[in-house]
Amino acid sequence: MFSPMPASAVRIRDLRKTFGAVEAVAGVDLDIADGEFFSMLGPSGSGKTTVLRMIAGFERPTAGTIELGGRDVTGLAPFDRDVNTVFQDYALFPHLDVLRNVEYGLKVRRVPRAKRRERALEALRSVRLDGMGARRPAELSGGQRQRVALARALVNEPKVLLLDEPLGALDLKLREEMQVELKAIQRRAGITFVFVTHDQEEALTLSDRVAVLDRGRIEQVGTPAEVYERPATAFVAGFVGTSNRIGGVCVRPEKIDVDTEPGAAPADADQHGAEPRGTGSGDRHAMGTVAEVVYAGAATRFVVDLESGERVVALQQNLRTSSMDVMRHRGARVRISWHSAHEFHVPDARS
Amino acid sequence: MTLSPAARFALRAVMALGLAVIYVPLLVVLVNSVNADRAFGWPPSGFTGRWWSQALDNEGAREAVLTSVKAGLGATALALVLGTMAAFAVARYRFFGREAVSLVVVLPIALPGIVTGIALSNAFQVVLKPLGIGLGLFTVIVGHATFCVVTIYNNVLARLRRTGTSLEEASADLGADTFQTFRYVTFPNLRSALVAGALLSFALSFDEIIVTTFTAGPGAETLPIWIFSNLFRPNQAPVVNVLAAALIVLSVVPIWIAQRLSAGARTVA
Repeated sequence: MFSPMPASAVRIRDLRKTFGAVEAVAGVDLDIADGEFFSMLGPSGSGKTTVLRMIAGFERPTAGTIELGGRDVTGLAPFDRDVNTVFQDYALFPHLDVLRNVEYGLKVRRVPRAKRRERALEALRSVRLDGMGARRPAELSGGQRQRVALARALVNEPKVLLLDEPLGALDLKLREEMQVELKAIQRRAGITFVFVTHDQEEALTLSDRVAVLDRGRIEQVGTPAEVYERPATAFVAGFVGTSNRIGGVCVRPEKIDVDTEPGAAPADADQHGAEPRGTGSGDRHAMGTVAEVVYAGAATRFVVDLESGERVVALQQNLRTSSMDVMRHRGARVRISWHSAHEFHVPDARS
Repeated sequence: MTLSPAARFALRAVMALGLAVIYVPLLVVLVNSVNADRAFGWPPSGFTGRWWSQALDNEGAREAVLTSVKAGLGATALALVLGTMAAFAVARYRFFGREAVSLVVVLPIALPGIVTGIALSNAFQVVLKPLGIGLGLFTVIVGHATFCVVTIYNNVLARLRRTGTSLEEASADLGADTFQTFRYVTFPNLRSALVAGALLSFALSFDEIIVTTFTAGPGAETLPIWIFSNLFRPNQAPVVNVLAAALIVLSVVPIWIAQRLSAGARTVA
C-alpha cells in the first residue's frame, strides 16, 4: 500500500467547485504524470475548464486539494504557481508588441534584459515566428496569435502547461497543422501538457491519456484506445465517437460491414467490386433495411433499420465505391456483420 | 432606406439650419474678438489684435483664467482618483448595493446645477465653516468634482467592461503580482480612457457657472463668473468677447481630443 510513487506533475484530490447553486466540479481525482500529454474532454458545462482554471489558480476550489510536483498549491495565487496557461482567446497584451508579449513572464520575474530578449527570440523561433517580434497582436492572423500565446507561455519553462481549447478559434486546416505542431513542441520540451477540448478527435489524436468529463465528474480516464474501444460508461461511448446498441452490446460504426442480401443482387465479379462492403467475415449478423445513405467523400454512412427495431449506423470506407454506387442502396435489404471481438458493454443507465 | 430627392433636400436643409443656429453665434463671437469696430458693427470694418492684448493686460481677467485652470485641474485630479476607484469597484467586484452605487455616482450629472449648488453651499456652511474653512477655491473644486467624477467613472467603467479580466489573468499567470499587473497591463490599457475622461472633466469644470456661483467665495472668481459679472459693462465688452472666444477654444479642443482618443482606442482594442 505504501510503495513509494514518484510525485505526479499534477495531483488532484476530491476537487469541488460550486458557483451559487450550480456544482460545476463535483469531486474530481486526477494524477497526471510528468511529461504526459493529458486531455480533459467533455461537452460545454462539463467542468473541464473550471478544473483547468483551478489548477492555474484563477478559481478557488470549494473543496479538495491540488498538488503540483508534490507541493500543495491549493491556496496559492496564480503568480506563485509553476504553471502557465494558453488561453482560448489567447489574451495577448494588445498594447505590447509580440516580442514584449513573449518577454513578459521573464520581465516580471526580473530576468535581466539581455537574457530575456535572447530567450524570447528563441521561443519565437521555436514556434516559427522569427522576424515577427515588432508586430502588434492585432496585426497577426489567428494562427500566428495562437503561436505567440504558446511562445509566451513556453518561454517561462513551466513544469506544466495548461491549454484551454487553444485551437478552438482556428479553421479546420490550420487546426490540424497546429495539432501536429503542438505534439512536436510537447515532445521536444518534455513539459506536461494539460489540454482542455470538446473535440473528441483532437483529444484522441494528441493525448497520451484522456479524461472524459460530464457534469462535473470524471467518467473515465484512459489511453485514447481504452476510452474509444472500451468505454466505461454510456456517456463515454456516446461522446467519444458514435456507438450502436445491438441487442445487449455496443459496436462502433466502422466495425460494421454492410452487405447486400445474398440473392437480392446478382453477384457477378464486376459488380461485386463496387459493393460497399468489407470482408463480411464477422461472426455476428443481423438483417435490416437501409434507411439513409450519407455520402461523405472518403467514407459513407449507412443508417440501417434492423429487423429487431434497432437503428444502427455503419461507416464504410469508399475504397472502391463511388457516390453513385452507395446511393443505390437506399431502401435496400442488407445484412450487417461484425466481429464479437469488437463488441463492448456499457452499463445501461448512469448510477 | 430610400428617400425621395425632395425629402433628402428638406432633411439636409433642416440639418444645416440646426447647425447654423448653434455655430453661427459662436462664430460671431470669434470674429468680434478681432473686430476693429468698438461697437461691433457688421460687417467688420477691419481686424485688430487690440482687444486680445487689452484682455491679456486685464488683471481681473488674468486672475479669473488662472482660477479656472486651478479649479479645473483640481477637480479633475480629485475625479480621477475617485472615479477610477469607483469604476474598479463596480466593474471588478460584486458587493451589496453595487447597482445603487453605480446610479448614485452618475446621478450628479443629471441633477440641476442649481440644486447641487444650493445643497453644497448649505453643507459647506454647516460642516466647513466651524472648521474655519470658508468658501473659496477648495469648495469650488469639490463642487466641480461632484460631476467631474461621472465623466471619469463612465470612461473607465466602459473600458474595464470591454477589456474584461482575461488580460489580468494572463499577467498573473505569467508570474506578475497584483502591483505589476496594474502597472504593466491594467493601467496602460486604461490610459487613453483616463485621458479622455480627464479632458472632458476639465472642459466641464472650465465653463461651469451655476454650481460655482454657490460654492465660490469672493476670493475665487472663475472665468465664467468674471465674464458674467462684466457682461453688462459696455467698456469691458471687447474683453468679454475675447474671453468668450478663448473659452470656446479651450472647451472645444479637449472634447475633440477626447473623442479622438476614445475612437482610436476602439479600433485598436
